[in-house]
Amino acid sequence: MTTTVDAGMSAAPATGDAVTVTGVGKRFPGVIANHDVSFAVPAGTIHALVGENGAGKSTLMKILYGVQKPDEGTIAVNGVVHTFNSPSDAIAQGIGMVFQHFMLADNFTVLENVVLGAEKLHGIGAQARARIQEISDQYDFGLDPDELVESLGVGERQRVEILKVLYRGAKIIILDEPTAVLVPQEVDALFDNLRVLKDQGHTLIFISHKLDEVLSVADDITVIRRGATVATVKPADMTARKLAELMVGSELPSPSTEESTVTDRVLLQVRDLEVDDGDGRPELSDVSITIHAGEILGIAGVEGNGQTELVEAVIGMRKAVKGTISLQSEDITHWSTLQRREAGIGYIPEDRHRHGLLLNSPLWENRILGHQTQEPNVKGPWLNIGGARADSTRIVEEYDVRTPGIDTNARALSGGNQQKFIVGREMSGDPVLLIASHPTRGVDVGAQAQIWGHIKEARRNGLAVLLVSADLDELIGLSDTIQVMLRGRLVGTFDPQTVTPQELGSAMTGAGGEA
Amino acid sequence: MSWAKRIGLNLAAPLLAMVVAMLIATLILVATGDDVGAFWTTMLSWPENRNLVNILNATAVLYLSGVAAAIGFRMNLFNIGVEGQYKIGTFFAAVFAGAAILPGYLNTVATIAVAMVSAALWAGIAAVLRVTRGVSEVISTIMLNAIASGLVGFLLPKLGERTGVSTSTKNIPEGSRVGGLALIPDAGTAKIYGLALLAIVVGLAYWVILNRTRFGFDLRATGQSETAAVASGVSVKRMVLISMLMSGAVAGLIGMPVLFGQAYNYGTSFQTGIGFAGIAVALLGRNNPIGIFFGALIFAFLSEQGNLLNILAGVSPDIVGVTQGVIVMSVVIAYEVVRRYRNRLEQAAVAEQVVATTGEAAR
Repeated sequence: MTTTVDAGMSAAPATGDAVTVTGVGKRFPGVIANHDVSFAVPAGTIHALVGENGAGKSTLMKILYGVQKPDEGTIAVNGVVHTFNSPSDAIAQGIGMVFQHFMLADNFTVLENVVLGAEKLHGIGAQARARIQEISDQYDFGLDPDELVESLGVGERQRVEILKVLYRGAKIIILDEPTAVLVPQEVDALFDNLRVLKDQGHTLIFISHKLDEVLSVADDITVIRRGATVATVKPADMTARKLAELMVGSELPSPSTEESTVTDRVLLQVRDLEVDDGDGRPELSDVSITIHAGEILGIAGVEGNGQTELVEAVIGMRKAVKGTISLQSEDITHWSTLQRREAGIGYIPEDRHRHGLLLNSPLWENRILGHQTQEPNVKGPWLNIGGARADSTRIVEEYDVRTPGIDTNARALSGGNQQKFIVGREMSGDPVLLIASHPTRGVDVGAQAQIWGHIKEARRNGLAVLLVSADLDELIGLSDTIQVMLRGRLVGTFDPQTVTPQELGSAMTGAGGEA
Repeated sequence: MSWAKRIGLNLAAPLLAMVVAMLIATLILVATGDDVGAFWTTMLSWPENRNLVNILNATAVLYLSGVAAAIGFRMNLFNIGVEGQYKIGTFFAAVFAGAAILPGYLNTVATIAVAMVSAALWAGIAAVLRVTRGVSEVISTIMLNAIASGLVGFLLPKLGERTGVSTSTKNIPEGSRVGGLALIPDAGTAKIYGLALLAIVVGLAYWVILNRTRFGFDLRATGQSETAAVASGVSVKRMVLISMLMSGAVAGLIGMPVLFGQAYNYGTSFQTGIGFAGIAVALLGRNNPIGIFFGALIFAFLSEQGNLLNILAGVSPDIVGVTQGVIVMSVVIAYEVVRRYRNRLEQAAVAEQVVATTGEAAR
């Protein structure tokens, strides 16, 4: 499918800007989430915010909705500058938010869910029911106020969420990746709803990284990259390829000019792997990959297309339904995570807080995590605290982890320093395979360069590296081979020396022909 | 952070909680028009030596119960069933010991094993339900407490004997009893239970296993973050099963000091409620082996002193229960306040470090 749809300029006559963001910046310890974000959303339009994961979209969204306060810059609603201290301030200005993860009580009816927390508006009885019916009819939602939410489909639940914010009087609605959970038909239905909302004078801010969708529905598109606004463009002037270029930056770093270290020794071989979600729906199908010693295999793809499942299947957190995984020509398909780690698989997880660290434990205890059976952390069944501490000190020094000491709790460190510690830990103890899942997500630029350096060094030392990333710069700059994942399948293999981000972008969205 | 500061922060929460609890107890007494002065004079007076023995005995029993609960808590398992496990363990131990199958202290040792195993198996029911069917251990252990009471009540007349108005298991033969320790002079006939030493053994084992072994690390990791534990290769199901069995085994020990040192049989009047008190003690002691000791000591002290209230101050000893409850509630809040404060201190320290090395960072 080609995506040069003219979204049309049929919007309600511009009555000024509904939202104006000027010079907004937000810093977290060690990380700059946003800097100099500026854009304007004319009233009665659909405005899309696009950017790669970690580009700063979600922080910006939280600022708009009053969840977080910006360190600098201003937000004006209908021309008046406001300071939002909490979401209720944003709601008072007519801003509503539809979250990606629905916040609905399954055992409540539509009516009960909608009035929950807004009982003062129209009560909880007939008056509220009438108002809900009225909104549902007005925007063609087709919802029955008395139906239980548990009996609704995903698309209908999303409409309940939208109805909730409309019920509270929102004129400006922020939608956080609303299509992430929908199937294509539901996406079309959602977009019809959005157009109706727009025609009736609402302003919509739509956050996404799916380019074809954005092009088909938005009136204006603001591109965010590395925390800053790059440009605001009209979809009529854009193609998915041009947009992808804006998102990842036109100047790509020159692909690794280091000579290839790929050997012919196969370290990881995955054959016809199939993984399902436990209910029999496949999340990965027919995935076959081979990684040699000294090779970095990059997996590209839009988030949620099976990359997480692939990584978790290789580390043993998910069971393979079909297919085999072998490490150094030994079949490890049925091995536990512990056995795989002992066999030399290092794992840099995509969500370091959930999977990589014990946040409330000191760094030296985090050195043991994932290596509970390995030197120098243990002697038989006993912990070797001295060994773990000494090795933690080594990691802190060698990997430039900025911390007052190894007794500091992991939570206190910035994302970049947490990640450097994890990288150092996973490179310890002679691994043969390193799984790096979004290794530089949410990490400041300095730490990013260091982590890239360590991954390149791993490759030079003859490790096999499975690199999953949403950052095309990272993939092109590091990988020896890039494979693209789409809907749980590998759909194309590219040579990073010659591939363009446009080609990758097309393969990732399924828009273009395969290479 | 300096050591002094760390220790200070650790003590801040329980001390804060005690002060709040004392204030609230005072307010209640003022409101009910009781003699506040006499109440505090009685509660805070130094106990007689014989009361001191009672306090230490109760501390040992509460300590065992606290550790039993703490083993689960460290893994985020809320074993509310310590009470039921204690009952089952003590009952079957008493039946076994009374049967005198083995001679002398052999009988004692085997009985302790029976107590641990039977209580562990009882806890294991909840563990198996949790691991295989995902049943919340909170619900299942509460149910199992009720079932344990029923089961023991049902079996007691069958396996025990009637003596006058009460029913109890057969007395443990003299040779298998464990004599008291006269550690405190001038305490009359009151002696420290010989098996109170079990509390020390259990406390040491708890500390060593938790802090010095791989298993303990896995347990703490699982308690802190199940997702991180899974990613690190820990089999959470196995950990749930083992830690629940361990928690139950320790719960089985709770009744041993009294059984061998004082009661010699299990009857309808055997002390109840210790399992629940253990949950509070573990909470108060923050699941820390030394903390639990102080938690147990405070609870034992308050209970023992409370016995004097009626006579000396004319206040119902039930106020002690209120005070204990308020301590537990305030300590939970106080720990959270201190935890947040500590996090902020630590983040500030990291920020300083980052600022100090910024020149280097900019390269």
